[in-house]
Amino acid sequence: MATQTPKPQEIAKGLSHQPPSENWMDTKPEFRSGMYCHPVKVASLEGMGGAFAREWNPTEADWKLPADWKGIVKDGLKDRLRRFRSFQVFMDICVRCGACADKCHFFIGTGDPKNMPVLRAELIRSIYRGEFRTAGKILGKLAGGRKLTEEVIKEWFYYFFQCTECRRCSVFCPYGIDTAEITIIAREILNLLGLQIDWIGTPVNACYHVGNHLGLKPHTFKENIEYLLGDIEENVGITIEPSFNRKGAEILFVTPSGDVFADPGIFTCMSYLILFEYLGLDYTWSTYASEGGNFGFFTSNETMKRLNYKMYAESKRLGVKWILGGECGHMWRVVHQYMDTMNGPADHLEVPRSPITGTVFENAKSTKMVHVTEFTADLIKNGKLNLDKSRNDHYTVTWHDSCNTSRGFGFLEEPRYVLRNVVNNFYEMPDQTIREQTFCCGSGSGLNAGENLEQRFRGGLPRANAVQFVHEKHGVNMLANICAIDRAALKPLMDYWVPAVNVCGLSELVANALVIPGEKAARSTNLRGEEINDLREEAGLEPIEWPEEDEEGGEAGEEGEE
Amino acid sequence: MANLQELLKAKSETILEHWFDLIIATYPAESVQYFKRTKDAFQNPVGHTIHREMKAVFDELLTGLDRERVSPFVDRIVRIRAVQDYAPSQAVGFVLGLKQVVRKALAKELEAAAGARGLLDQLTDFESRVDELALIAFDIYMACRQKIYEIQAQEVKSMYYNVLRRADILCPIPEQEEPDMPPEK
Repeated sequence: MATQTPKPQEIAKGLSHQPPSENWMDTKPEFRSGMYCHPVKVASLEGMGGAFAREWNPTEADWKLPADWKGIVKDGLKDRLRRFRSFQVFMDICVRCGACADKCHFFIGTGDPKNMPVLRAELIRSIYRGEFRTAGKILGKLAGGRKLTEEVIKEWFYYFFQCTECRRCSVFCPYGIDTAEITIIAREILNLLGLQIDWIGTPVNACYHVGNHLGLKPHTFKENIEYLLGDIEENVGITIEPSFNRKGAEILFVTPSGDVFADPGIFTCMSYLILFEYLGLDYTWSTYASEGGNFGFFTSNETMKRLNYKMYAESKRLGVKWILGGECGHMWRVVHQYMDTMNGPADHLEVPRSPITGTVFENAKSTKMVHVTEFTADLIKNGKLNLDKSRNDHYTVTWHDSCNTSRGFGFLEEPRYVLRNVVNNFYEMPDQTIREQTFCCGSGSGLNAGENLEQRFRGGLPRANAVQFVHEKHGVNMLANICAIDRAALKPLMDYWVPAVNVCGLSELVANALVIPGEKAARSTNLRGEEINDLREEAGLEPIEWPEEDEEGGEAGEEGEE
Repeated sequence: MANLQELLKAKSETILEHWFDLIIATYPAESVQYFKRTKDAFQNPVGHTIHREMKAVFDELLTGLDRERVSPFVDRIVRIRAVQDYAPSQAVGFVLGLKQVVRKALAKELEAAAGARGLLDQLTDFESRVDELALIAFDIYMACRQKIYEIQAQEVKSMYYNVLRRADILCPIPEQEEPDMPPEK
């Protein structure tokens, strides 16, 4: 009988899932649905004057590369090594110490070694050695070099569009190698072959020609905001009439177009409108510079410059004094790190000065652009806002530092200061997942497409894991942030990993807490149209006594005034 | 007669270690060391979650198998594997690997018990529970995949809803006090 008992190795023997042990240079990526982004549309690439626009499919063997693709890549590399000293240094200096290896959210979430920042950079560094350096040319693999093949290009496309340029790895590199900049260069080179993804290429084209990533035409952009004004009137009970393209306004306000169109960004947008109305700010929207985001940043530095210039050209045309910017991530990295040398200094503008508090924003002396959170923090500090933070008591909030505003803009304390002034229940995620060490949402740098959702979910795993921890420990039910991509990307990420947690912009919490003079009965609902007292009841809180409905009815009252 | 439950309890440390190795070995060799070595729950959520939850699953298997109780533990492992580069069989196959691990750990005892049914019968029972666990894992895997598609569909739906709403071509149905029914004849 006992002889019939299977041996351990005979049990489930068809289920050996150990991957083959191969040198990384010999493994190839598999383009599986859900794990990559669709190629750019021909019209979008042509619209920006991009090279080699064509129909092609990553899952097919033939990517229809231009005849001299090898020469183009080599020349492109050589040109960038010459022009960008940092790139040359990053190619030569890495000692492969491994400090960055386990710091990438994509590596942590996938376990794919080519997502280790060191190896991601090695994908291009090995070509640099194999094609440009004598030792690598002669010794090949032994000297860490390899030859440029079509397979290498496919690998680049797979892995450089699986890096969100979040720069978490660079925080840990003893040499300060910025792998994001290596990704930026790699994408530039892929662009030379017409290899771009649609989620970047189409918004860039729309932004350049129409004014914003979504391609909302001027009148549509205006109507969209008017729609939000209708919602504000219904849910908050105040009537706002903002101006558009108004010459002579003191301030030009620019925010990512996602705020104007998509959930939950629109609630952030409504909040800006309410805050500015409360302050009586002399500002205007532009239907031409109707985009704060800059997907050009994910394309090439030239494209980034073109899109960034639009905001400044519009500020000149309208004759405003300075620019106020909304809650966006990479917009601020571009403004903070690149604008000044690309399009600056913005001498046609004045050093921003808050008309409400008189504070002069010396830090924006050259770019003339102030972040709405910094602007709000200054208002709070000077006691200019009547805030009742208990109005947010049904939320237990945690703070997600967006990569671009924290690591790329040094914005760590300002949002926390605002948050502490508008909510009572705020809990930080663990230290190693916030501030400079924050984990990316997994969808930055143009990767928040719909078709690569699984890739985004695994990239966002470390972030979600930390949110889950504070959700279980402190009952966190709201993940606040100041980035339009975060607002769009974290929502589905939470739906998958921690469904009990919702997502909002910081300004939304400010608007919730704002006590507006002459508040009406409509204030009993929040910007999302939810009854605030219902939410409070669910959270076991006492109801708020909101103003009674006007007996004459809102409409009758308005007629009477006329 | 040897009691399987006690044997498994006594050897649980070895069994869990080998089971963990088996699961982690499904990742590329260069990454295995990281998943095993990094103990921080936030720097290594995959390794940490697998380690923590498989222990909970194993404890559950020792005493029986309550689907409701065991599901959250399995969920946390499978939810991760459902979005990684695994075929469905690979994503849940780690459960069946436990049989192999247990037989290996009990090789001597099984050899000694050759011919006597007691221990083998208990082992058969235990392995049936592992099979059941594999089915539970499969259900969870499917629910995770379903969730991905739902989220994907929801994203598209909400985008279109916003477009329609903005275009003002949605006709809101007013709330009615009483249902508008045809008069009874």
